[in-house]
Amino acid sequence: MAKREEYERLIRTEGASVRENTQGFNQGRYESVAKLDDYEGLKAEARAIKEDAIERLPELIEGLRESVESNGGTLYLADDAADANEYIREVVADREADRVVKSKSMTTEEIEVNEVLEADGVDVVETDLGEWVIQLADESPSHIVGPAIHKSREEIADLLNERFDPDPPLSTAEELTGFAREHLGELIESAEVGMTGANFVAADSGTMALVTSEGNARKTVAATDTHIAVAGVEKVVPSVEDLSAFVELIGRSGTGQDITSYVSLLTPPVDSPVVDFADDERPLSEHDADRDFHLVLIDNGRMAMRDDEQLRETLYCIRCGACSNSCANFQSVGGHAFGGETYSGGIGTGWEAGVEGLDSAAEFNDFCTGCTRCAPACPVKIDIPWINTVVRDRINRGADPEAFDSLVDGLTPDAEGDDAPDHEGETDGRPPLDKRFFGNFETVAKLGSATAPVSNWLADLGPSRWLMERTIGIDRRRDLPEFRRETFHEWAASRSSNRGDADADAVADAEDRNRTNGRRVVVYPDLYTNHVQVERGKAAVRVLEALGCDVVVPDVRSSGRAPFSQGMVRTATDHAEDVLADLDPYAASGYDVVVVEPSDLAMIDREYEKLVEDGDRDALEAVRERSYEVMEYVCGLLEQAGADPDPLVGADDRTSGSTGGRDTSDAPGVVYHSHCQQRTLGLERHTVDVLERLGYDVTTTDVECCGMAGSFGYKADYYDVSMDVGAQLREQLDAAGNADRVPVASGTSCLEQIDALLSRTPTHPVELLDPESSV
Amino acid sequence: MPPMSTDADAAVAKLEKVRVETYRTAPDEFADTVESVVDGPAVGVELADLDVSLSDTPVAVDPTPAALKAATTGVTAASLCVADYGTLVLPDDDRGSELVSLFVDHHVAILRESDVVPDMETAFERFDADLHGSAAAGESRTSRILATGPSATADMGELVIGAHGPETVTALVLEE
Repeated sequence: MAKREEYERLIRTEGASVRENTQGFNQGRYESVAKLDDYEGLKAEARAIKEDAIERLPELIEGLRESVESNGGTLYLADDAADANEYIREVVADREADRVVKSKSMTTEEIEVNEVLEADGVDVVETDLGEWVIQLADESPSHIVGPAIHKSREEIADLLNERFDPDPPLSTAEELTGFAREHLGELIESAEVGMTGANFVAADSGTMALVTSEGNARKTVAATDTHIAVAGVEKVVPSVEDLSAFVELIGRSGTGQDITSYVSLLTPPVDSPVVDFADDERPLSEHDADRDFHLVLIDNGRMAMRDDEQLRETLYCIRCGACSNSCANFQSVGGHAFGGETYSGGIGTGWEAGVEGLDSAAEFNDFCTGCTRCAPACPVKIDIPWINTVVRDRINRGADPEAFDSLVDGLTPDAEGDDAPDHEGETDGRPPLDKRFFGNFETVAKLGSATAPVSNWLADLGPSRWLMERTIGIDRRRDLPEFRRETFHEWAASRSSNRGDADADAVADAEDRNRTNGRRVVVYPDLYTNHVQVERGKAAVRVLEALGCDVVVPDVRSSGRAPFSQGMVRTATDHAEDVLADLDPYAASGYDVVVVEPSDLAMIDREYEKLVEDGDRDALEAVRERSYEVMEYVCGLLEQAGADPDPLVGADDRTSGSTGGRDTSDAPGVVYHSHCQQRTLGLERHTVDVLERLGYDVTTTDVECCGMAGSFGYKADYYDVSMDVGAQLREQLDAAGNADRVPVASGTSCLEQIDALLSRTPTHPVELLDPESSV
Repeated sequence: MPPMSTDADAAVAKLEKVRVETYRTAPDEFADTVESVVDGPAVGVELADLDVSLSDTPVAVDPTPAALKAATTGVTAASLCVADYGTLVLPDDDRGSELVSLFVDHHVAILRESDVVPDMETAFERFDADLHGSAAAGESRTSRILATGPSATADMGELVIGAHGPETVTALVLEE
């Protein structure tokens, strides 16, 4: 299994440096955006500018051409990489340049212009220190903003010492930087051509923004007489004034700096005198600014992306790297695993699909688990997880866009014939077998429950595990979910209306008081709660009833999260339609919908919008408006509806000494790990509020994801990545001050992962509160 | 000393925070202040729009490229300061301001107190107005650098202050 070994190697060799850097950037982002008065407003403004710019792109490009030409420069619109490279070659040849110095540009990585110029005998020198390091090492960028973040200081020192043999050898970061500054400074000052990228280009003036910190981009432009700027067509915005929001967002989002050291707003050709640094005769003012400027705008698939309803959003990307930094998987493996030909991280999928093609995107698309932690981090509000889902769907379909993905024949022995793809195999227009297995988990679960416990025994047998790993790629080191014979729905349907044995008078009184609330609630039997984690469903029902709600658990189809995760968009849509058809009548008659599993709530809250047709919009709105995560709902009952918390199990009920007192000094503390999608929905604080209200002492984790992420951690290719991500969570859960606390988590995946990571058994928060609590 | 405006106070505090050593100076103290903040051989670009001059200072105005390369300190005007960020707006002009502010170890920026704006949005409104103003006047295009603190890099394994650009920056705020 080559992939597995490659990922394991990258975790071992590059993981530590990548993690330290990306987590530093990510933490910096949280701190820096918190200082803004209106972060959300600024993001909305940036988004609106990009939407407008891409909508009007052809017109803006023509306006830009006029601006550049009237400034005395040239705009070349290149169809593709070869076209761009040919133009750049000619410019460099016409200048008879021996050396081209470059500032950092991912777009020049995309077109691979260095190789083209080098083949012509031109000395091409990267002057951004990170780019220079990987140029010396002959490697590719591991991050779109920090190309060499996979290298430690020691590795960089070894590289430079070996290459340049300085005396004494370099060791500290200051020494390395000082050496690079001297070495590259000489090369810049004697170069003829300076090549830069452009973060933004304003159509009305031809002004371009370069966002940097080292000063190399400034030197690259100022010290040369020929300036070539290479940028994708999507970098064009209407005017200079539009740049303000981006200048405020890009550094904060990317490296966690309020602003980078330099933002150059150049309207080239720039006016700086062109000088020979050896000239000791003529003062600066007597040198002319005799400088050529070429703006090379590159299409290379972008105009087609603009016409592609789903990929279009990718063009709003300002290449800040926030989606990489906020991604738990990226933090473990970096862009050499989680990346394609050029671009890496969450949005890399969109870029690679549009620029290189689906094959390149397919190489790393599965690293996106749809955890959505990048979504709120993106300064232009791109739904990056959705782009990954769409691309996964297209990869699944392969050459046949009409292929049908929800067939369950892949689960039967019939599919193991000659033409059945294995989990790494090519598809015949259907998703690979492993994706169909996970995507149709509803069928698996139904069968599992119907035949439990036999299904569980069989599944756990050694030969079964071997077969499962070989055919559908389930890592044999993972514990399998244990299906329950009686589903949550069946339990609820068979249960009498007697709500447990509320024998204590105080509790009965409180329940009577709560009963006056008269709220009617559907507890949604999500797939895992219904078939596997049945106890948390029962706990949810009992807690809501104890707070005075009238609870029903109707037979509603699973949300479609499973197929959605596998990129089986049509199957997921089928689920969405069924779920809305089932829930809409309840919503219409005044029921609230309470969801235990955060990832299923997230389907209703954020994903269904992408799936359902116009005819189902009203139903979606009605259901979405009334849908709540279970602890969010409990929080609302306690805080807003004034429900009496007494029937619930608080910390004081768990003290070893006094009974019923309010002394919680020896009550067990709780360490709470919120679910990734739950955090994106802004629902972490409700659980913390409720637990604290009930007297629990609560600490929280801050890792972006547990690493299990649905099916991801089960897959043999990704088991090592999953456990490496999980190790971060374990470190926090086992840290001093947390090690004696009860681990509490909201998501099924999180609970399974924590169960695998710790010797302590984690529990869902609602089970802590359950009047019949067994935990 | 006359009371400074709120924007200027905020700017001074923020400049210090982004590692820019900042002094306020009255026009009659200007030459002495400049002398106290330059180190090593110093070159500069004359402060065209300001009421003060570098002529009474040790700064060699309008140097040759070789003198620039040999210099330690470069002195130039800043056209604007964004208080929220401690950002100095440096001109990129035909008098060599960009070269003098960039190809040195120590940059000294001279700033008028009244050229402090509160936030980035105001700065960009100003840029936009300048742009249309100069276009209407048939003047050439404008290039500028928003410089916040000294140059820096994290590419060599740790944060290092002083990469390709200046390692230290001083701002002198001219009282009016």
